[in-house]
Amino acid sequence: MSLMSQTRSVIAMNVRSIPQRLWMSLATVVSIALVVAVLLGFLSLANGFNQTLKGSGAPDVAIVLREGSEAELNSTLSREQVDLLGRGPGVKLGADGKPVVSGELLFVVDGIKKSSRTKANMPLRGVGANGLLVRKQAKIREGRMFAPGSNEIVVGAGLLREFEGFEMGKSVRFGAQTWRVVGVFEAPGTVFESELWADAPVVQSLFKRGTSFQTARVVLTSPAALAAFTAYAKNEPRLQLKAQSEQAYFAAQAERSGLLIKYFGWPLGIMMAIGALAGALNTMYASVSNRAAEIATLRVIGFSGFSAFMGTMVEALVLSALGALVGVLICAVGFNGLSASTLGAGFTQVAFRVQIGPEIIGQAVTLALIIGLVGGIFPGWRAARQKPLLALAT
Amino acid sequence: MRDFDLVRKNLFRKPLRTVLLTVSIFMAFLIFGLLTSLNVALNRASETGAASNRLIVSNKINFTQPLPIAYVNRVAAIPGVVGVTHQSWFGAYYQDQRASRFVGFAVDPETYLALYANETRLTEAERRAFIAERTGVIVGKALADQYGWKVGQTIPISSNIYSQADGRRSWDMKISGIFTGAKPTDSTTALYFNYDYLNETASFGRDQIGNIAVQTASADLNNRVAAAIDGAFANSPYETSTVDEKTFGQAFLKQAGDLNFIVSIVVAAAFAAILMIVSTTLVSAMRERTKEIGVMKTLGFSSPRVLRMVLGEALLLSTMGAVLGLAVSAFVLVGLSKSPAASTFGDLSMSPFVALAGLLMAITLGLITGAIPAVSALRMSIVDALNRR
Repeated sequence: MSLMSQTRSVIAMNVRSIPQRLWMSLATVVSIALVVAVLLGFLSLANGFNQTLKGSGAPDVAIVLREGSEAELNSTLSREQVDLLGRGPGVKLGADGKPVVSGELLFVVDGIKKSSRTKANMPLRGVGANGLLVRKQAKIREGRMFAPGSNEIVVGAGLLREFEGFEMGKSVRFGAQTWRVVGVFEAPGTVFESELWADAPVVQSLFKRGTSFQTARVVLTSPAALAAFTAYAKNEPRLQLKAQSEQAYFAAQAERSGLLIKYFGWPLGIMMAIGALAGALNTMYASVSNRAAEIATLRVIGFSGFSAFMGTMVEALVLSALGALVGVLICAVGFNGLSASTLGAGFTQVAFRVQIGPEIIGQAVTLALIIGLVGGIFPGWRAARQKPLLALAT
Repeated sequence: MRDFDLVRKNLFRKPLRTVLLTVSIFMAFLIFGLLTSLNVALNRASETGAASNRLIVSNKINFTQPLPIAYVNRVAAIPGVVGVTHQSWFGAYYQDQRASRFVGFAVDPETYLALYANETRLTEAERRAFIAERTGVIVGKALADQYGWKVGQTIPISSNIYSQADGRRSWDMKISGIFTGAKPTDSTTALYFNYDYLNETASFGRDQIGNIAVQTASADLNNRVAAAIDGAFANSPYETSTVDEKTFGQAFLKQAGDLNFIVSIVVAAAFAAILMIVSTTLVSAMRERTKEIGVMKTLGFSSPRVLRMVLGEALLLSTMGAVLGLAVSAFVLVGLSKSPAASTFGDLSMSPFVALAGLLMAITLGLITGAIPAVSALRMSIVDALNRR
């Protein structure tokens, strides 16, 4: 018999005998599944958060902040500056022939988070009529847009999921003013979905900001127009502002956030993996000693040590692959798509959905297969080196 | 004692198996020790220095919105209030906006030091210097050590919120003192400087402050005083929300996410895994020994005694792994506490409560994993045991 066919039959024998060691094998599968589920859970939290940030930025929209400001919250622009930005090079004109520019304000207000029932920071954005035009993903899903000059707000669908008291038709109080919710907007997979929007002039008066804004979003004719526009915003003496593509702005935030979740998830995953590995080794050693007589018989009738090694190795890999599959399933069914929220770089809550993806599934499955590989090598080695006659004698 | 020797010898009959099981148990308790201690430390950090008779008055819209400075005196006049001070978040950083951010507040030196004397310990000379110097700043010991700052030195501190009326973004501040906390393990990574200096130079936000800290005559008065403060400012352009310091800190911590929930899920997963591993391995180990148990019973070992021995073996195994895991995590935590990255958590060391909870879990684990093999050993008749192959 060739080495290949020898190996194949020993592998088949090993795998078919797994039910004989049902409970220990099951323990290995379950423990590996739990490792995969925990690691993948953390990674998909980070992934969902990052995807939301990355999905928020458009390459052909410039966001303009005061030089030196890292976040919208700390920036300030005058009404004149916002108007001036609209006259810059490469700015797209709307249907009415006017530049598509949106001067905006962002303030933090309190809301009650459903999950913890405690106060948390929610972003209240003052936007103008162009608020929807500078965000292609956003559209009103229910109700209508706020009427200019009124105390009306529209709420993002993500915020509605995570916070209570903002349902259609409800009245909410910020400071001394009462606002009415007249619409729900959606902007799937973006941070804007975690915001409340109201008319900019009304927000300016509530927060005593006169006519000043914090940021401006400017739609450009194409991503290529960004360089000229950035130079204009920086060099025009009345501006001296920092313009960047919205995409770059959110990508930089994504880089800094979500890391904590990752740095938390990997060490935990690896610690659990070592624990599961010890269990897998035990199971495989038990498998080898269980089949000692069988392996010895095979060796006596001429099977190679290599085939005995491979049989054990593949058995371990099959168990770990099963574990990985179950772990991914637990995550896909139990966590994927769950709504969560955390404090983002802008010091306000960002609602996002837990999202598993091919890359992180690959990472978690690799960890499981490493457990299987290491868990198979040493017991396999023992199986290959077993003295045939000694095993048969006992 | 002889029974114990037998238990010990049985446990190490296959040393490799026992070592591997111990590694599994060790890892679960390592995770338990680290995560639980981190969680305890975070919860405590949010309450660091939170005195039970101190309240925080902030803008009702959100704590990032300002209050007028005139409110300080009005709050001081409310019955039950014995001390008042104010603080304004500065968004402080040193040279590099991304890499060297830290906690920085503009405060009223005299009243602040009176209310937070315990959290900002200074020498009498340092205290006087801070109150006297308009550009004075006091920095925490950990922060001073990190940048090598000395008393008397002038340092440029920038803000990611404020700028000076002349356009500059940094303020030159003279170090009046370096403070330590109430306990050596308390976090001291903050700085406090004179509010008047900010108020006279900033380009906006004149006469506005972040929040007001209030000391009440007794914690029993907290609710009444908080209601009186919020009532005094109701329907004004700046309505207030007053809560005790502990509530304020915990609400802020919860914004990051439900850490308690995540910790319990991970610890539960780790324990579910070892529970499976250890109990199935012990069942199979006991099966190998069926014949021996038959012999022991023949020799006159009573069934309860056999049960005790099998349970004892499982208990010995789980406590061994648990003690190792808890000890190593305590050791790692001490190391982590010393690293600058973790210094914001304050005291990370394992509390006796966590250690005790870990030991209880070890005993529970031993009893559960030992239960099946122990009961089957108890029930086994001698004839069956000796017949089994």
